[in-house]
Amino acid sequence: MSAILQNVSTSLSASTSTFLGHNNLKAIKPSHVSMAGRMSAVVKCVASPSAEKTAYKTNVARNENLAKLQAGYLFPEIARRRNAHIAKNPDAKVISLGIGDTTEPIPEVITSAMSKRSEVLSTVAGYSGYGAEQGEQKLRAAIASTYYEGLGIEEHDIFVSDGAKSDISRLQVLFGSNVTMAVQDPSYPAYVDSSVILGQTGLFQKDVEKYANIEYMKCTTENGFFPDLSTVRRTDIIFFCSPNNPTGSAASREQLTKLVQFAKENGSIIVYDSAYAMYVSDDSPRSIFEIPGAKEVALEVSSFSKYAGFTGVRLGWTAIPKELHYSDGFPVAKDFNRIVCTCFNGASNIAQAGGLACVSPEGITAMHEVVGFYKENTAIIVDTFNSLGFKVYGGKNAPYVWVHFPGRSSWDVFSEILEKTHVVTTPGSGFGPGGEGFVRVSAFGHRENVIEACRRFKELYK
Amino acid sequence: MYTSFAFSFMPYKTILSPRASITTQDNKNAKDYRTKVSRNPTLEKLQYNYLFPEISEREAQHAKKYPNAKIISLGIGDTTEPLPDVVASSMANYAYSLSTRTGYRGYGAEQGSKDLREAIAETFYKDMGIQGAEVFVSDGAQCDISRLQMLFGSNMSIAVQDPIFPAYIDSSVIIGQTGDVEQGSGRYQNIEYMRCDPHNNFFPNLSKTARTDIIFFCSPNNPTGHAASWEQLEQLVKLAQENGSIIVYDSAYAVYITDGSPRSIYEIPGAKKVAIEVSSFSKIAGFTGVRLGWTVVPKELLYSNGFPVINDFNRIICTCFNGASRIAQAGGLASLSSEGFKAVMSLVDYYKSNAEILLETFESLGLKAYGGVNAPYLWVHFPGSNSWDVFNEILEKTHIITVPGSGFGPAGKEYIRVTAFGHRENILEAADRLRSLLL
Repeated sequence: MSAILQNVSTSLSASTSTFLGHNNLKAIKPSHVSMAGRMSAVVKCVASPSAEKTAYKTNVARNENLAKLQAGYLFPEIARRRNAHIAKNPDAKVISLGIGDTTEPIPEVITSAMSKRSEVLSTVAGYSGYGAEQGEQKLRAAIASTYYEGLGIEEHDIFVSDGAKSDISRLQVLFGSNVTMAVQDPSYPAYVDSSVILGQTGLFQKDVEKYANIEYMKCTTENGFFPDLSTVRRTDIIFFCSPNNPTGSAASREQLTKLVQFAKENGSIIVYDSAYAMYVSDDSPRSIFEIPGAKEVALEVSSFSKYAGFTGVRLGWTAIPKELHYSDGFPVAKDFNRIVCTCFNGASNIAQAGGLACVSPEGITAMHEVVGFYKENTAIIVDTFNSLGFKVYGGKNAPYVWVHFPGRSSWDVFSEILEKTHVVTTPGSGFGPGGEGFVRVSAFGHRENVIEACRRFKELYK
Repeated sequence: MYTSFAFSFMPYKTILSPRASITTQDNKNAKDYRTKVSRNPTLEKLQYNYLFPEISEREAQHAKKYPNAKIISLGIGDTTEPLPDVVASSMANYAYSLSTRTGYRGYGAEQGSKDLREAIAETFYKDMGIQGAEVFVSDGAQCDISRLQMLFGSNMSIAVQDPIFPAYIDSSVIIGQTGDVEQGSGRYQNIEYMRCDPHNNFFPNLSKTARTDIIFFCSPNNPTGHAASWEQLEQLVKLAQENGSIIVYDSAYAVYITDGSPRSIYEIPGAKKVAIEVSSFSKIAGFTGVRLGWTVVPKELLYSNGFPVINDFNRIICTCFNGASRIAQAGGLASLSSEGFKAVMSLVDYYKSNAEILLETFESLGLKAYGGVNAPYLWVHFPGSNSWDVFNEILEKTHIITVPGSGFGPAGKEYIRVTAFGHRENILEAADRLRSLLL
């Protein structure tokens, strides 16, 4: 009898968020009160209840979108595994080629600008409070002229932020829950996860490892990591990252022209992530706006993280052309401006001072040196896996090497590499079902660590 | 009320967006390409620009009109005094260390540095049972409010004080929790407005408040300056318990409290099971431009199905955010050191003295000015008036920027918010000008 009552009350609490719904909660008395009443009757008959069953619960339903997420965000999960491994092997020298975290010091021309700004904030003449939410005028202008010279993207089209990850979610808030989206498969997980959180998707389908209502554009070795657009359904938004994280592939001018055409035909908006543009080595486009007509169908997100080592400093930007309009003619930039003014309060003024130094002539040279260093790391990693007979992708236009382990589970390979070489990588399936059978090796690291990691790879796979 | 005013005032194309003229102003050429993506209907619901850019724009227009006028801003609550040396130099040193091999750091924990999380818990929540692990460092309260709305989702009902800092309402509209605005009252459908005025001592009559999932509560209050008493907050926590609601308590101005009112919701027994607290270094340490704040989500706070709210908030932080700037965090830590805290508190005292001067000024003019004692805001009553008219008159005749009370909600219609942030000499000058205008 008590077991049955227990089951009933448990199932009630588990499904409260679904069948009771939010509207009903207004009408009924708080369920926890009556449940506690019932529970206390049960308590007399059974052994002492766990703290969980008697813990106070609010009557606020959990956001069901968050319940759709299958696991934690990918990179904290990688960090957890790394830390667990370190704990288990305290003497091992663990090398991280997993999370794409920069390791080399920020050039002094940039840090001195940030130091100076910090000091200036302690002077009467130099102190400043709130800045423009869109970013400091000089920085917006400098970003426009540095990265979009001749492309018709100007100062007022640039919105400075605390980084691409935050911008992606703000863009999702902008678009709302009623839009459909397409992503590359595999892709940087923030696009999919933010889409789930904002309520754009259905449930996760375990058999195919995809969320319902997202269009996954397969990028494989067979199609040169560019989707066959003739097989892609129309969606409102298309997330496209090039150079790509995780595959390292940079789309060509022809490919991006097709993408822009596709967007134009379908009336879609491309969210183009160009965070790795400065790693491009060949003549692949660095900005979507190099493609004619792109300004009417695309906006671009980028970041100082991987150019200047600003992963901890936090600075990025989004460029939204004046020509980008919703179906009713309303300019997208206007609504994004409203989001930025309401849901954000500007990037840190000190980080922005650093950003301004980044795009000074001296800063640009310095960033190229930093980028060049990581590109050399990438080349070493590519050579290593090539020499071991692996099929290796990326690594030319991005600081990521996409290594193929045909027929193997990527989490198994991840674990094997971690266990046997104490090197952290990232399993391809963390980036989507299209990543299965691959491991992403990132090229951020001190030179000696990259060399050592490669030595260990050679040992393991010789 | 508000929209008609926007028309009469000379709208700037890029800033004011009177809804009727959108297609004519911005779709100049009927042949301009349009995507087939629908505008987010929630953004369409917003009636006007966010309040503070609107005030900035008015200031800019006024400056153009009167290029020789010395405009004094007592409008946007923007700090004006330089950072203490100990804080600024900690950030300068940290920035420099990022160019050294041993000092360089990349991504930080999204939740903030452990040291800072613990220092916040120790400084502001001592003996309240809040641990560092329950503190999430951010780039400011305005961002946290929107992240909390993403956490809660569109199927939530909210209650707000009226008048109130507009970010709670605007973010609620954007995330899809509300209906359309009611023409006339200016209130959004599906938001419970809890009126706060002198008749109820600026604390809502909770017996008249309909149940909502979330209750936003700001104390000390922006804009009224009222700090809720222990008894009042006890009532609020009790209401939340009875209704199974979650309080989002904004304590950004807690350090301005003078009279022993509670500084944190967690001073109230039982609050950890019903409340989230949001705060900021902006008005504590002058970090309005540096960007640093925090949100406390107690482990005991559970959704109706028993799932801990903190787990989902952590997921939001890890997915939609990437941590506050490490440099800002270094500054935050320095501001909580014993030397640093003393220094920032003396700046808080400076602004509090400004508030006293302004209070005396309004009193001497026979105007009722509320607040100014526990917060850097004065809430000045101009009975029978329209606050935008008063705002304009003050601006035209004294070149002082304030904020019209109706920008904070319908209950603000007859009030003007005056901030106490400013250089002392400007505060004194402003006091003189007000005296000459209103005497």
